Amino acid sequence: MESPRRRRHWTKRANPVAGLGAFIWLVIVLVPIYAMLSASLTGADKALTGNPLRPPSDPTLDNYGTVLDSDFGHLLSNTAIVAVVVVGIVLTLSIPLAYVAVRTRDRWSNAAFRLFLLGVAIPAQAVVVPLYLLIAKLGLYDSLPAVILPTAAFAMPVSVLVLVGTLRDVSEDLYEAMALDGASPLRMLFQLTIPLAKGGISTVVIYSALQAWNGFLFPLIFTQSDGPRVLTLGLFNYVSQFGVNIPALLASVVLSGIPIFAVYLVARRALVGGLMGVGGK
Amino acid sequence: MTTTVDKRQAAPTAPTRNSRIGRPHAVWALPAVLFFTFFAVVPMGLAFYLSFTEWDGLGDPRPVGFANWQKLLDDPRLTQSLSLTVVLTVASWAFQTVVALLLGVWAAGRQRNRAVLSAIFFVPFLLSSTAIAILFYALLDPNFGIIQKDTLGSQSGAFLAIVFVGGWQFIPFHTLIYQGGARQIPEVLYQAAAIDGAGRYRQFFSITLPQLRHTITTSTVLMVVGSLTYFETVLILTKGGPGTDTAILPYLMYEAGFKTYDFGYASAIASFLVLAATGLSLVLVRLTGFGTMRSTREGM
Repeated sequence: MESPRRRRHWTKRANPVAGLGAFIWLVIVLVPIYAMLSASLTGADKALTGNPLRPPSDPTLDNYGTVLDSDFGHLLSNTAIVAVVVVGIVLTLSIPLAYVAVRTRDRWSNAAFRLFLLGVAIPAQAVVVPLYLLIAKLGLYDSLPAVILPTAAFAMPVSVLVLVGTLRDVSEDLYEAMALDGASPLRMLFQLTIPLAKGGISTVVIYSALQAWNGFLFPLIFTQSDGPRVLTLGLFNYVSQFGVNIPALLASVVLSGIPIFAVYLVARRALVGGLMGVGGK
Repeated sequence: MTTTVDKRQAAPTAPTRNSRIGRPHAVWALPAVLFFTFFAVVPMGLAFYLSFTEWDGLGDPRPVGFANWQKLLDDPRLTQSLSLTVVLTVASWAFQTVVALLLGVWAAGRQRNRAVLSAIFFVPFLLSSTAIAILFYALLDPNFGIIQKDTLGSQSGAFLAIVFVGGWQFIPFHTLIYQGGARQIPEVLYQAAAIDGAGRYRQFFSITLPQLRHTITTSTVLMVVGSLTYFETVLILTKGGPGTDTAILPYLMYEAGFKTYDFGYASAIASFLVLAATGLSLVLVRLTGFGTMRSTREGM
């Protein structure tokens, strides 16, 4: 039941058509997830006979054991390292750039901003061949930095756009007040801009962490050995490694989702709120 | 459409706004510019250079003039791949925008069941493209899967699978963007419309849609740029097949470069991709007004 106070919000009456549509989408979202969980609990011997929509007759965790016995932990820690370092690089570089673009607005800062504006359109796929050459010449081939550096670079354009959008909304009056107190630009950045731009900054953290977490092409092409292998590439290798053992393959997909799902449960408000902010711009 | 509500947000700033005191020097932007230039802009230039060479990944690239470009223009797969990329982008855009916009506007209401449902809706976005491609690869397997049919073996089946899987993954994200946009629409607009006797559908088309136009462009830019990342989905789900029926441009480039080690030809495809994407983004940037240094709230 809707409380009277809530009824005053602009969606005043129940909307059965929209409710039905939302329900249909719920089914579309849940059926594949259910099928995946159910199949991952099915014994490998029964996998080819059953329909994945039928619940497993005697559920087993064997498939999860199979995956964990391979190099899963190693893949996970590599991915975590990549994500953390990428977020660090993106924030360290993008915040000063966005700050200059919004506050200074001379020819040079405008040009810098426009570079990133155009950068949004550079598809990672398009530069992967020359990057391969560059990474090899730097002696970084088949190492974690080979994944980290390009991933961070390609997370920057959208991050810069989001940050500039957020920083624009910090009132000029506040800067004026701090300027009267004799504050340096650096102090303004740390005491005014960053605290007021928390929303945009958390969006950038989430966006770049997801880019790093989901990245596939750069790891595929810039690494080769087991050492620097990340989770997405590990999953891709499982496709051939587990062959027809689809339950084990699906168990690996479930396991790959658990860490980020855990983060989602803990930080849902910040995560969703941050991304939602993109739409307000 | 008149928006009287937002005038105060666009209020002129203090008269001293042009004072240089307390403004950071443009040099603060330098680290970001250098980093991005080295890892994104320089490689883009290099891709053009390499497109005029023959190179197998070992030794040094050997200049061959326009040979790769000639080969590209003569390649029947280019036309196929290009139209495939365009059709895929448009189909994905239409599917994702319609569903995400409706879901987002619906979810912007504040009842409890909507909050719970939106939380569930978001779950697919937590899986990586690779994981999702593998999930659907398994679920569409003719022996194992939900549909006991060789969906990926037919051209239309494979194409629709890619559009659907892309939507399944990204609609949650765009729903969230639209939810955020819809929440920022001032309620007085709806109150005024209700007083004028406008019904729900009238309100949707006369208030919600026009008010969401910036959200629609933001979401569209992200979708168009993102549609190129369907590479993983294509690589895992269909390997470009059946035949070459789902070989989008990035997939062609990957095959040329990292399967047949023809890096010169791969670079020609890549350069073509850059040209297409840059042209597209120039148009989009112009349309969205991202480039103007005004607060985007003014236009709301």
